[in-house]
Amino acid sequence: MSITTSPTEQSAAPRTRSFTYLWLLITLGAIVSVSAVRLITGQGELDSPGSLRAAILATCPILMAAIGGLWSERAGVVNIGLEGQMILGTWGAAYFTYYYGPLIGVLGAALLGAVGGALHALATVTFGVDHIVSGVAVNIIGLGAAEFLAEAYFANLPGGGVKQLTGLDRPPDFTVPGLAAGADSLSDKGWFVISDVASFVAALTTSLNLLTILVFALVAFSGWILWRTAFGLRLRSCGENPQAAESLGVHVLRYKWVAVVVSGAMAGIGGGFLALVASSGFVTGQTGGRGYIGLAAMIFGNWRPGGILAGSLMFGYTDSLPLRSADTVHALLLLVAIGLIALALWRFVRAERRQSVVFAFLAVAFLAWFSLTDAVPREFTGMTPYIATLLVLAFAAQRLRMPAADGQIYRKGSAG
Amino acid sequence: MTGLRRVGGALVAPLVAVVAAMLITSGVVALSGSSALEFWQIILEPPASRVYVNIVNQASMIFLSALAAAVGFRMNLFNIGVEGQYRLASYVAAVVVGAAIVPGPLNILLGLVVAMATGAVWAGIAGVLRVTRGVSEVISTIMLNAIALTLVGYFLSTYGIRAGNSRRTEIIPESSRVPGFFPFEERDGAIWGLVVLALVMGIAFTFVLNRTRFGFDLRATGMSETAAVASGVKVGRMIVISMMISGAIAGLLWMPSFFGAAYSYGTAFQAGLGFTGIAVALLGRNRPLGIMFGAVLFAFLNEQSNRLTLQSDISQNVVQITQGVIVLAVVVAYEVVRRRQAAAEQRAVTRRLEAEKPTAGQEVSA
Repeated sequence: MSITTSPTEQSAAPRTRSFTYLWLLITLGAIVSVSAVRLITGQGELDSPGSLRAAILATCPILMAAIGGLWSERAGVVNIGLEGQMILGTWGAAYFTYYYGPLIGVLGAALLGAVGGALHALATVTFGVDHIVSGVAVNIIGLGAAEFLAEAYFANLPGGGVKQLTGLDRPPDFTVPGLAAGADSLSDKGWFVISDVASFVAALTTSLNLLTILVFALVAFSGWILWRTAFGLRLRSCGENPQAAESLGVHVLRYKWVAVVVSGAMAGIGGGFLALVASSGFVTGQTGGRGYIGLAAMIFGNWRPGGILAGSLMFGYTDSLPLRSADTVHALLLLVAIGLIALALWRFVRAERRQSVVFAFLAVAFLAWFSLTDAVPREFTGMTPYIATLLVLAFAAQRLRMPAADGQIYRKGSAG
Repeated sequence: MTGLRRVGGALVAPLVAVVAAMLITSGVVALSGSSALEFWQIILEPPASRVYVNIVNQASMIFLSALAAAVGFRMNLFNIGVEGQYRLASYVAAVVVGAAIVPGPLNILLGLVVAMATGAVWAGIAGVLRVTRGVSEVISTIMLNAIALTLVGYFLSTYGIRAGNSRRTEIIPESSRVPGFFPFEERDGAIWGLVVLALVMGIAFTFVLNRTRFGFDLRATGMSETAAVASGVKVGRMIVISMMISGAIAGLLWMPSFFGAAYSYGTAFQAGLGFTGIAVALLGRNRPLGIMFGAVLFAFLNEQSNRLTLQSDISQNVVQITQGVIVLAVVVAYEVVRRRQAAAEQRAVTRRLEAEKPTAGQEVSA
């Protein structure tokens, strides 16, 4: 433990630089590993532009739910109701897109999600109800309301039905001319590392949706506002120590309200993404528990935007890959094994022998699984987010740090 | 006086919640362009005999689900995972009973034991993670829900028997079915035999919680963990055991339907009861009698709402909003009542103290 904390005792400048180098090294290592696995297994779909595009589409809703969770929990309110707010968002997106076009549709998704957030805020912040209890109720109401509203408003529309509304306009797609085609053809060559990098470039420049850009912009915006502004500092202080915050003149309840409403809006946009971009319209039940996966991604990401992004990308990738190419999932086992070996070596260097042995053992297990079987059942990859989160919680809990007053009920004036 | 006020408070909260839910539901129905009056006329129409039977059957399952959640709630454990526990338990039990390893009634017993054990183990994982690794049971049970759903889906699609477009487990032998009884005519359907499970578990719940050392420890841990630790309760062990009990009850949830009507795990499986149970447990304040009332209310709303599709243009999903609002309103109402009572008690204490002050002063001067 003392070893892991020692870098913080050094001065800030070298730490930042070594951190940047570390991340560069990790990224480079990851690209080389992916490329190697692709060549060894011959599974070109592992990181083809198509697979990566599908992964980005699958990532965005999870990411928005997770960022929604971040807003709320950073202000100290646990939001289990993300799923319900997301469902409301899918309906809002469909309704407003039908009548006013996709751009207003996104706002509609945010609005409906915010209504779900407001409900949660009213119960938890104003009335001091237990956060989990309220979240469960919000999920029930969100699901029921979306199904009810769909039947009431979509049943008689063209392209609509009691459970759906299809044929909606999409937000516009962008393709960077020249670069996209060039990168795409380069990625087809199958060259070591070069084609993989080209694949990433192609995925990011070919028919990239406006809403996708908005999602990533909102992640950056959330990170900036929560960590780089006075508003964000005050908001986070409500999640860490509301008594101290109030004694310094912060309107704790007001900040919590704002945070939870924004949280709902973010989750709502995630739902809107599902209805407008990831699929061709609104269908009831299309969130399929992504609100919960978002919650998992937030915990996996240690209540921080960067970690959330990494977690969401991982969950989105494992979510989309089996649908695109079931065989490729088998190649993923080798990639996981390489990752585990890297982790084992890292732990070994850090002189944490026991963890190193555990990781090495897991790596051998995955290698054995890879070499002894030909295919992985599709369902198993679907479990990845959940099992990964359980494992991270179980084995890296001491590295996770959630906001200190997260989930606690705060009453105005209790600073004394 | 305080006793009366407390009873009054306990009854006022659910009443206020139901009224609030009725108002909000009426508003939603009116907003969508339908008649709220028509909605309530249809919902409050006296049920047909067949509907009565369904209400009893459904209420028994909701009751079991809520009881499972309530065991955890009583000691501040949030078992959000009833949904996954009963799904996995139902599947495993259906496979074991379908295999017909032991004859007749013994097979029923085996099925019930297997269901309870599976539910207990699945919930126990969350308990062990909480105690040994400090993982919040809310998060782990949510994850375990999803894992159970995927696992059962995988097993069913790999080993299930094809039946039309879907798959199911082996149909259980005639001798392992539990006969129901017919309160009305035969065409109105039967109340499943294992509805009795709800009654048995309800009584067992009351007895264990109020009349045993374990129940006392459990309630004590829920009210104040520090006080419980100080008085020698092994909290870690309590957490694992109560999670397992909660899971075991959850495992029984679908058994009345399984042995009484479905006979195999497949399309007949009724999902979603786990979350309904959480709502009903909250509505009933985690007390068996309250839960029973809540379970009947929810079953009534669900069954009566089927009529909406036939008799009106109102979506039957509106009762889901009603149910959600009831839960939210009831917890808000309880909280408001609790705060009022606390404030009233504080005022009463202050008054008594102030009233005693002069006499104390006199004693000193004398």
